[in-house]
Amino acid sequence: MDAAGTADLIITAKEKISVKRRVKGAVLRGLMYFAAALTTVLLAAIIGYIFYRGVPYVTWNLLSTKPSLLDDNVGILPNILNTLYIIVIALVFALPIGIGTAVYLNEYATNKKLVRIIELATETLSGIPSIIYGLAGMLIFVQALNFGTSILAGALTLAVMTLPIIIRTTQEALKTVPDSYREGALALGSGRWHMVRTVVLPCAMDGIVTGIILSIGRIVGESAALLYTAGMANEILNPVKAVTPGNPGATLTVSLYMYAKERGQFNVAFAIAVILLLITFVINVSAKAAARKLRK
Amino acid sequence: MDTTATIKKQKGIENFFHTMFLIFGLFSIAFVLFITIFLVISGVPAITKIGFFKFIFGTKWASTASNPSFGILPFILTSVYGTCGALLVSVPVGIFCAAYLAKMAPGPVAAVVREAVDLLAGIPSVVYGLFGMIIIVPGVRKLFNLPDGANLFSATVVLAIMVLPSIISESETALRAVPKEYEEGSLALGATYTETIFKVTLPAARSGVLTSVILGTGRAIGEAMAVMMVAGNVANMPGIFRSVRFLTTAVASEMSYSSGLQRQALFSIALVLFFFIILINVVLRKLTSKGEVK
Amino acid sequence: MTSVIETKDLNLWYGKHHALMDINIDIPEKQITALIGPSGCGKSTFLRTLNRMNDLIEDVKIDGKVLLKGEDINSMDVNVLRSRVGMVFQKANPFPMSVYDNIAYGPRILGIHKKKELDKIVETSLKQAAIWDECKGRLRTSALGMSGGQQQRLCIARTLAVKPEVLLLDESTSALDPVSTSKIEDLLLELKKKYTIIMVTHNMQQAARIADKTAFFLLGELIEYDDTEKIFSHPSDRRTEDYITGRFG
Repeated sequence: MDAAGTADLIITAKEKISVKRRVKGAVLRGLMYFAAALTTVLLAAIIGYIFYRGVPYVTWNLLSTKPSLLDDNVGILPNILNTLYIIVIALVFALPIGIGTAVYLNEYATNKKLVRIIELATETLSGIPSIIYGLAGMLIFVQALNFGTSILAGALTLAVMTLPIIIRTTQEALKTVPDSYREGALALGSGRWHMVRTVVLPCAMDGIVTGIILSIGRIVGESAALLYTAGMANEILNPVKAVTPGNPGATLTVSLYMYAKERGQFNVAFAIAVILLLITFVINVSAKAAARKLRK
Repeated sequence: MDTTATIKKQKGIENFFHTMFLIFGLFSIAFVLFITIFLVISGVPAITKIGFFKFIFGTKWASTASNPSFGILPFILTSVYGTCGALLVSVPVGIFCAAYLAKMAPGPVAAVVREAVDLLAGIPSVVYGLFGMIIIVPGVRKLFNLPDGANLFSATVVLAIMVLPSIISESETALRAVPKEYEEGSLALGATYTETIFKVTLPAARSGVLTSVILGTGRAIGEAMAVMMVAGNVANMPGIFRSVRFLTTAVASEMSYSSGLQRQALFSIALVLFFFIILINVVLRKLTSKGEVK
Repeated sequence: MTSVIETKDLNLWYGKHHALMDINIDIPEKQITALIGPSGCGKSTFLRTLNRMNDLIEDVKIDGKVLLKGEDINSMDVNVLRSRVGMVFQKANPFPMSVYDNIAYGPRILGIHKKKELDKIVETSLKQAAIWDECKGRLRTSALGMSGGQQQRLCIARTLAVKPEVLLLDESTSALDPVSTSKIEDLLLELKKKYTIIMVTHNMQQAARIADKTAFFLLGELIEYDDTEKIFSHPSDRRTEDYITGRFG
């Protein structure tokens, strides 16, 4: 074929948009609308159905009592408390370590190789599935450290699991602190720690808050890592007992699993699901608000 | 004299905090090492006792039989099939949805869909599991006229839904990062907007899109609770409408009453799963570091 | 002389900003027309109106007519228009694909998929853009590995591959070194034998060197439009004279 031939070919081809092109374009656009609609409808269906089944059973009695086989009562107060205990204990451990790691990586570290290894380790931690955390937590905290199946063991397991989230959000926040602030502080003769404490950390506060919110979300939603670390008990524990080894307790998610899978009490399961969805919603909204504040 | 004392004290404080932060930084490394070491120590004995090939390629799992047999090929294949099946649905849907969000959707619509995606990502596994138990399992049973709907197919559907949000949000980020100049160049050549999205923007974002798929793979292969609630939990070789166990659920479902070699074998399964996850992490790292060079 | 592009009372607003005012211009066939003027004078906006790239920007309102060989471009299919009026941008923007796929992109969109035909188109386009010798050995490697000047000529070749009638260049040499710039200028002088070329440039020497016609824009108005020689030797408007003698802008 000669050059003039190909030129003719193109000139004819572009006289008008071919039907094939139009159809293809319409199909692709249609698929995009479909995919977006499917995603939204899916969410609406899941949320709608769970609320429809669960809301009637979210009663004050459910929220404020513990289950009793004697008077056939079902209550999830112990599970609510256990969830709170685990959130608090996990964060008490994860926050200083996570923030400290981020500060070290961003403000102190000079050894590039060490930074790479720490970052590789946190990435690895964030990729490990919950069930593996559950097993490792069982081996390390429950057995090796002899905490027994307990709130404490579960919380420590989740502390390790949420660590990468806190490190990441804090690091992102630290990166937004302008270097001129640091130079300003250092030029005034303050030491590095003084600079971190007075200049860097206050600026990074919003990022840390985002990390806390996301971690709470992860902890509230977690179940597989808790099954064999925190256990499945439904007794009301006081805070002192919660931090003492040997006191097991099921969180909301674990109790949902038990009610649905082991006992077939679906109404209770749906009621717990409603509570979990509400928490998810609140966490999503507040994480977004915190992130927005961070960007400003 | 006084000032040297203050300086000394200040130096001491500085050193203290420097060391403390360093130790905190080393925690992550220690955790990864601990997890790996504990899994290896607990997982290797059963593999050596049973025999590597018999363990990995054995097709029969009967841990509580009088003459027990510990082959985990059914779990491996179930995990692989379930993950692939889920991705088969969620990758195209996810990419099309991401393309819509990044390139087509008018502001308010995009905000609504994006909110939906974020919420889907935040819903706890057990809630998906519950939804699957009550809606998907009976639905599958009726639709295909089966005696029981708790099978690989139902589990795959649940996994597909669970993986969808991570694919959408990662891909959308990648699509948004494509320079506008590429798209302008394509439009100026007479390509339509849709052609531009699929022939220039998506190929340009391919490493990010691929990353999203790998992340989705990790999420699917590691999911335990939701799958446990809908897959039927029988150690069959996988078939679409058979009750199956995944690697994750094989560990979780027997752990509470296991002992002896059976218990050790469960840790070996966890080790295999861990190996898969590390493999995925390595691929992911390769991919993202390549993306940065560009 | 036949005109290829004609505008009639062309007005354009970005929101409330009146960016082009009553532009009437006849652009002759197979000549180089340069659009000059200080930044923000509307010359690039005008150029982007000719292949309706402004359609992509929200809140743009256009009034008046643009005719391509007598046909109103607003009644044409926009994709057909853009394949007839090609555009090369300020910053070279090869796609992140191989050299070959970059050139074959346009023809493939138009439904040409036979390897033999594509091979031919790729070769002729690269030859026309005077870059064939530099890249015939690396057609399958990424276009992003080329130098800035090569990338820009590749973009010209990519535009030529869909056989446009008009070639629009939006300050396409402003980011290049003098050697690459002069290569592209030589190329344009060669291309004007077959194509009508309209170029926006900041570089008045460039306009003087290669343009047949020059149009001077100021604050959204077309102040003067004439033979390049006339514009640069005896401008009839005071403002044109001020601009080309460097008194402002």
